[in-house]
Amino acid sequence: MRPRLRRHVLPGFGLSLGFTLSYVCLLILIPLTGVVLRARSITWPEFVASVTSERALAAFGLSLGAAVVAAVVNGVFGLLVAWVLVRYRFPGRRLIDACVDLPFALPTSVAGIALTTVYSPAGWLGQQLAPLGIQVAFTRLGVIVALTFIGLPFVVRAVQPVLEDLDREIEDAAASLGATRWQTFRHVLLPSILPALLTGVTLAFARALGEYGSVVFISGNLPFRTEVITLLIVARLEQFDYAGATAMASMMLGVSFLILLTINLLQAWSRRRGALA
Amino acid sequence: MMAGTDRRTESRVVRWTLTAVALAFLLCFLFVPLAVVFMQAFAEGVRAYWMALVEPMSLAALRLTALAALVAVPANTLFGLAAAWAIARFDFPGRGLLITLIDLPFAISPVVSGLVFVLMFGAQGLLGPWLIAHDIKIVFAVPGILLATMFVTVPFVARELIPVMQEQGSEEEQAALALGASGWQMFRRVTLPNIRWALLYGVVLLNARAIGEFGAVSMVSGHIRGQTNTAALHVEILYNEYNFAAAFAVASVLALMALATLAAKSIVGRRITQ
Amino acid sequence: MSIEVVGLTKRFGTFVAITDVSLRVETGELVALLGPSGSGKTTLLRVIAGLEIPDAGSILFDGQNSTDRRIADRRVGFVFQHYALFRHMSVFENIAFGLRVRPRDRRPTRADIEQRVHRLLDLVQLEAMADRFPSQLSGGQRQRVALARALAVEPQVLLLDEPFGALDAKVRKELRRWLRRLHDDLHVTSIFVTHDQEEALEAADRVVVMNQGRVEQVGTPSEVYARPATPFVYDFLGDVNLFRGRIERGKAYIGPLEFDAPGHADREARIATLYIRPHQLEIDRVGNGEQQFRARVARVNPAGPFVKVDLVAEWGDPVRVELSQERYLALALEAGTEVFVRPKDMSIFIA
Repeated sequence: MRPRLRRHVLPGFGLSLGFTLSYVCLLILIPLTGVVLRARSITWPEFVASVTSERALAAFGLSLGAAVVAAVVNGVFGLLVAWVLVRYRFPGRRLIDACVDLPFALPTSVAGIALTTVYSPAGWLGQQLAPLGIQVAFTRLGVIVALTFIGLPFVVRAVQPVLEDLDREIEDAAASLGATRWQTFRHVLLPSILPALLTGVTLAFARALGEYGSVVFISGNLPFRTEVITLLIVARLEQFDYAGATAMASMMLGVSFLILLTINLLQAWSRRRGALA
Repeated sequence: MMAGTDRRTESRVVRWTLTAVALAFLLCFLFVPLAVVFMQAFAEGVRAYWMALVEPMSLAALRLTALAALVAVPANTLFGLAAAWAIARFDFPGRGLLITLIDLPFAISPVVSGLVFVLMFGAQGLLGPWLIAHDIKIVFAVPGILLATMFVTVPFVARELIPVMQEQGSEEEQAALALGASGWQMFRRVTLPNIRWALLYGVVLLNARAIGEFGAVSMVSGHIRGQTNTAALHVEILYNEYNFAAAFAVASVLALMALATLAAKSIVGRRITQ
Repeated sequence: MSIEVVGLTKRFGTFVAITDVSLRVETGELVALLGPSGSGKTTLLRVIAGLEIPDAGSILFDGQNSTDRRIADRRVGFVFQHYALFRHMSVFENIAFGLRVRPRDRRPTRADIEQRVHRLLDLVQLEAMADRFPSQLSGGQRQRVALARALAVEPQVLLLDEPFGALDAKVRKELRRWLRRLHDDLHVTSIFVTHDQEEALEAADRVVVMNQGRVEQVGTPSEVYARPATPFVYDFLGDVNLFRGRIERGKAYIGPLEFDAPGHADREARIATLYIRPHQLEIDRVGNGEQQFRARVARVNPAGPFVKVDLVAEWGDPVRVELSQERYLALALEAGTEVFVRPKDMSIFIA
């Protein structure tokens, strides 16, 4: 007969898991359940009315569209930045590498007012663009600029380690078989970095979709024109339209879960690719 | 083969062009906006800059930001250590689900994160009537700001520690136990020294987000100057009052902290890969 | 301290690592757990150490049930396969660790610790390396630090998991002789795990052969080598020729040949496998008509202390024979030579 069954050799399982679960429950799970409970008190017609109102649809459309454009821009330029940082040597490379994370570290309100100032018609870059008839601040283009800024590090940081780990021999092999540099990139390199690239683009998209701080200044917040979905939620809350805010927030939560699922699948794919290489 | 075509790398022209395009992109989206923060901050002179910072409302906002960081950083560091120990060292049903739950605040829009607490603790919220009856104020008060900050920074330390601890394995910890160490001795003398750089890395990121969080805090703050206004929110208020120099002065302090974060991150990151 | 293991079973999910294993190790013995990978030998060692918790069975140290004792209270020294040295501590700090973490009332003084660590460094011949870090040592040096660290707490039992597994062949041989000498000096009850039969046969007092989570045979090196209890042990310990044949009333038959099989006198006719080691076969140039079969030399490898001769038996199966160099010269064998082969000894296992 055994007096007490120990199940683990390492200590602290009960303590660490107990603390972790309580913390997650109190801080994450219970508040989220609150949203769900709150959402259930909204009737179905009410829910449909709030999320399909013309203003809500316009805001959803802009958020989705701008987030997609920003994610694609980041996909192209993020890959380029990662490539240049990994493959080429130039003065200041390490400093620039460190600065790529600035959008992670900078408060979004600071980013927001800085971008607005830079891209306003009187701003440093806005001035250059104004004669070309391009206005950035207070237009949809401004929304895209802000979302590009905050999504920038995701693609770079997803692609960079994969590029660093790539075996240079496969490129040599491609070259020895007569491939041009572009063919090597297109047929050998791109397929191996694709999962990481897509993961980065998805992360950038997710971040852009929910972004608030950096957009609120540059967008101008015109309903139907430059109002993104997060701004609309804030507006509804300020008008004490709790039902409307909750309805849209639960839509956003659903989308977040979908994106989380996509990212998990992409990362599993990425790991499989890594195992094959 | 033609002379001078090296198929192993790009030609000089291509290399230079790619580098130039990449740098131009970073210039437009990173460096010019960063420079503008400091230019605008000093647009009305050093004296105006200083006055904007020591003005009581700004100081109060910076103090509240510091308080939020002082609460969120230790709490989520402790949480990250506990979660990483449980997840990286033991196998239990629902482990994958727990990891997803911990990551959740990263996936949720800051606006929704803030709204979650309004719907829970606000006057119209689930616990609203009870809280009002007992005269407890959470939303539109300091506790709400602390809660929202804690919520959005939950994953940072755990996310850094879990992969590092999984990769290191537990053999050194088993060895310490075999040599007679107690659980605490094992943790302090073996586990902690082995994860110290990853831990520091996570804390640096956690601290940056705690200082800079805007969306979630904005939802629960109520924007009462001198009371529920953090530095990131104060920037918004000053800017919306067209007090640009003051707004950028406060913003420059936050930007400096962000730059310090990047420096710390890059130094600590190099220690991890060593 | 003696170790007794009774009916141990350990599962990992659906995989059964060890099944109903019982074993006794006497005080002062050096025992090898030998088996292929996945045979459960490391799991058995870790269960004895307290690094795994068994699903059934018990472990007795000196007759006392210690199954539920925590590893820290078992007084076992454990040497990990990959050493598990504390990477952030110097060699000195690694060895001193077990003494420093003792409760204050049992902790030696600083001077005491210093003295003991230096004695151990001397023992493992690493005096000059005290201030180095594990990453600055060679594999063999790390191995010896790990051993010194385990010995520092004066364990009553020393457990070593594949102690030489990660080292190259030459260092392996040196270290296992050194370990044997060390054991002869210290006489700490020791168990080591290995998949290398040569290592087990050379260093251990007794060998425990394991396969698929079970103990196949326990015995001295000469016992397990000369009298394998099961076909698995025969196969695992050294080269062996397998002959498919049959057995009937005290006689064994391979192809057309008939041999005496005294241990199987009362058997009905059964299919059997005959195990004959290469050195148990004798080659003659001329037949004497008794218990011999014909074969043709396919290849001769005279390098090394014994000459290895590969033959093809008259029924087409390959056969390997080992001869002394003198015998080889006397026979003057070369590829194509027709010879007669006679088994001097064999083991028979009924299929």
